Amino acid sequence: MRLFEHESKKVFKLNGIPVPENQVVESPDEITIDGPAVLKVQIPSGGRKKAGGVLFSQNKDESRKKAAELIGKEIKGFKVKKVLVENQLDIDAEYFMAVTYDSARQRPVVIFSREGGIDIEELAEKSPEKIVRRDIDTAKGVFEHQMREVVAQSGADSRSVLKVGAILYRLVQVFMNYDATLAEINPLVRTKDGNFIAVDGHMEIDDDALYRQKKLIELLGKREESQAKKQTEFEKRAAEIDELDHRGVAGRMIEFDGNLGLLIGGGGASLTSFDAIRKHGGKPANYCEIGGNPSVFKVQELVKLILSRPGIDKIAVIMNVVSNTRVDLVARGVIKGVIESGKKPSETITVFRIPGAWEDEGFKILKKYGVQYCDRTVSIDEAAKIAVQKSV
Amino acid sequence: MAILASENTKIIIQGITGREATTFTKDLLDYGAAVVAGITPGKGGWEVYGVPVFDTVKQAVEAHPADASIISVPPAMVKGAAFEAIDNGIKLVVIVTERVPRRDVVEIVAFARANGARVIGPNSLGLISPHKTKVGMVGGRAEDVKKAYSEGNVGIISRSGGMTTEIANLLTLNGIGQSTCISIGGDAIVGSNYLDLIPLFAEDEQTKAVVIFCEPGGNVEESLAEMVTKENIKLPIVAFVAGRFADEMPGVRFGHAAAIVEGNRGTTKGKIEKFKEAGIMVAEEFKEIITHLKSVL
Repeated sequence: MRLFEHESKKVFKLNGIPVPENQVVESPDEITIDGPAVLKVQIPSGGRKKAGGVLFSQNKDESRKKAAELIGKEIKGFKVKKVLVENQLDIDAEYFMAVTYDSARQRPVVIFSREGGIDIEELAEKSPEKIVRRDIDTAKGVFEHQMREVVAQSGADSRSVLKVGAILYRLVQVFMNYDATLAEINPLVRTKDGNFIAVDGHMEIDDDALYRQKKLIELLGKREESQAKKQTEFEKRAAEIDELDHRGVAGRMIEFDGNLGLLIGGGGASLTSFDAIRKHGGKPANYCEIGGNPSVFKVQELVKLILSRPGIDKIAVIMNVVSNTRVDLVARGVIKGVIESGKKPSETITVFRIPGAWEDEGFKILKKYGVQYCDRTVSIDEAAKIAVQKSV
Repeated sequence: MAILASENTKIIIQGITGREATTFTKDLLDYGAAVVAGITPGKGGWEVYGVPVFDTVKQAVEAHPADASIISVPPAMVKGAAFEAIDNGIKLVVIVTERVPRRDVVEIVAFARANGARVIGPNSLGLISPHKTKVGMVGGRAEDVKKAYSEGNVGIISRSGGMTTEIANLLTLNGIGQSTCISIGGDAIVGSNYLDLIPLFAEDEQTKAVVIFCEPGGNVEESLAEMVTKENIKLPIVAFVAGRFADEMPGVRFGHAAAIVEGNRGTTKGKIEKFKEAGIMVAEEFKEIITHLKSVL
C-alpha cells in the first residue's frame, strides 16, 4: 500500500520527525495557511513538479487561487482531489535518506546522502561515493549511534550529525514499526535558522502485514486506494469472478489488444507462456492466470468473460505440469465456458496443455469434444506455437 | 551427494494437522521421505498417517531427532514457528506459507544466520533430491513426482514452484537427471536465493550444472552475475528468464509478488545482459535449456 505524501508526513510527525506546517485541502476555501506557501498535488506518483503539480504562492489569496487551478486537473493520469499546502522554508542544506529492503542480502538497508532533492539513482550511478549504505542486522538490533556513523560517513558537517542521525534513526523505527517496505525522506532540509525538517517523503506499507497495522489504518482514516494502474471494467469483472469462490486463483486479468484469449498459469509458467506466445508471433488479448485448484464454475466464468470481448474467438489454455490442480476440473470448466458462449470447443480452444493430476480424466473430456490437448511431452513453448498457428 | 537434504534427512512438520499439511505429509511418506514427527500446539498425541503429533518442537525432537522442518501455518504464526524450530536446533527450515510479512522474513533469516540454520521460502514448494527425499510440496503426489523427477547431476533453482517441476520434467524427458531441485519461493525476499545456493551446488560433487528459473523484479539475478564473475565460479549455469514482455509494462503487477517492474532495475532485459556478461548461459526459449546443458555435460 503506497501512502500519499500527506499520509506519510502524518506518520512522520507522529513519530517525532519534523515536517513543515501543513494542511490537506479538497477545496481552495479550506486554506488557512498564510504567507509564502508551496502547493503540492496528492497523487500516487513521483515527478509531480515536472508535471506541473507543484506551485508556489506568496500569500493565502494566491494559495487559494493556485489550489483552484490544481484541484480537478489531471496530472500524470490522475485526477487531483487533494492538495497539500505547506509553509515555504528558507533552505540551507538538503539531505536524502531512505530505508528499504535489499532482496539480495535479505536485510533492511539504510541509504543516506548529503545531497538531497536529486535523482538518487542518477547520483548512485555518477558518484556512488556520495551515497552511504548500511545494512541492518535485525538479530543484533539497530542503534542510534550507527545512524550518526552513517551521517558522519557521508561527509555531512559535524553540526548536523547529531540531529540528522536522530531523524534517520526515527525513520528506521518508522520503517520497522509500520511494516514499511520503503520509507524515504527527500529532501530533509536544514533551514537557515538551523532546524531540520522533512520537506517531502513517502512510504510503502507491506500489503501482507496490513492485518497487524490496524492503528495505521485508523490513523489514515477513509482513503482512496492509490492504485498505480487503474483497472478496466473487464479486469474488475475478473476480480469479481475470482472472489465468487475461494478455491484456486483465477483472476489477475490484464487486457491487451490482441485476438488470442489466454488462460495460463501459475506464476512462472504464465510469464513463460505469454513470452512464448509472443515469440511465435501470437497476439494475446489478455493475461489471465489460473492456479491453485479452481472450481469448474470459476474457470467457466473466466472463459466466458474472455470470449465476451469482440474480436476474440480463440483461446489457449497452458499451464505447467501440475501437482495439485485437477486437470479434469479445468478441462470441464473450459469446455462449459466455451459452449455457454455459443461457440464450438474444437474450433475455439487452440490448445489445452495442462499435464498432471487427473489428466487422464481431463483428456477424456477434451477428446470427446474434439479439442487438441497435449501431455507433458509437449513443452510450454511447443504448446504456444500450436496456439499461435491456429489463431492467425 | 545431493545438497541440503538426502535420504538420511529426518523431517518434522509444523502445522501438520492443517488441511494442506496433512495432504503433503501423505505425499512425503509415499515418496519415502523420513517424516518423523509433526507439531500442532494443542493436538499433542494425535497421529497423521502414523506420524506422531506433539505440542512443541522441543517435545518432538526429544522423542525424534530431526534435521529439517517444513512450516505450514498461517502467515501470522510463521515467524514464531520458524524461531521455535531454529531455537531447537533444526538446521533446515522450509516455509511453504504464502503472504508472510517481509519484516518477519528478514527477522527469521537473521535469526537463522545467527544460529547456523538455513531457510528456504517462504512461499516455497520446498525441495527435492530425486529418489532420495523431498522436503515440501514440490511435485505433489508421489506418482506425479516420479514421472517428472529423475536422479542425476543437474541442480535446479527456481523462483516459481510450478516451474521447478516443469524444468525437471523437461530434463527427465531428455534423459537428464537432477541432483537437488529447489523452489526458493516467489517473494521479493526469501531465506535462500541464488546467491546462497549456487555456492553449495558448486561444491557438490554430484552436480555438474545448474538450471535457474528467473523472473522480473528484484536485484538477485544481477547480484548473481556479479558473484559468478567476482568469485570465479566455474559451475555451468543455464538461466531461463521469464517475463520478457513485462519490461514493456512498467507498474503492472503480475502473478508473483516479486514480478513488479519499476524503473530500470529488475527488468528481464537487464538481467539477461548481466548474465551474458558473466558467462551464464541464457536459454532464449524453454527447450534451449537442454541444448545448453548438453553442451556442458
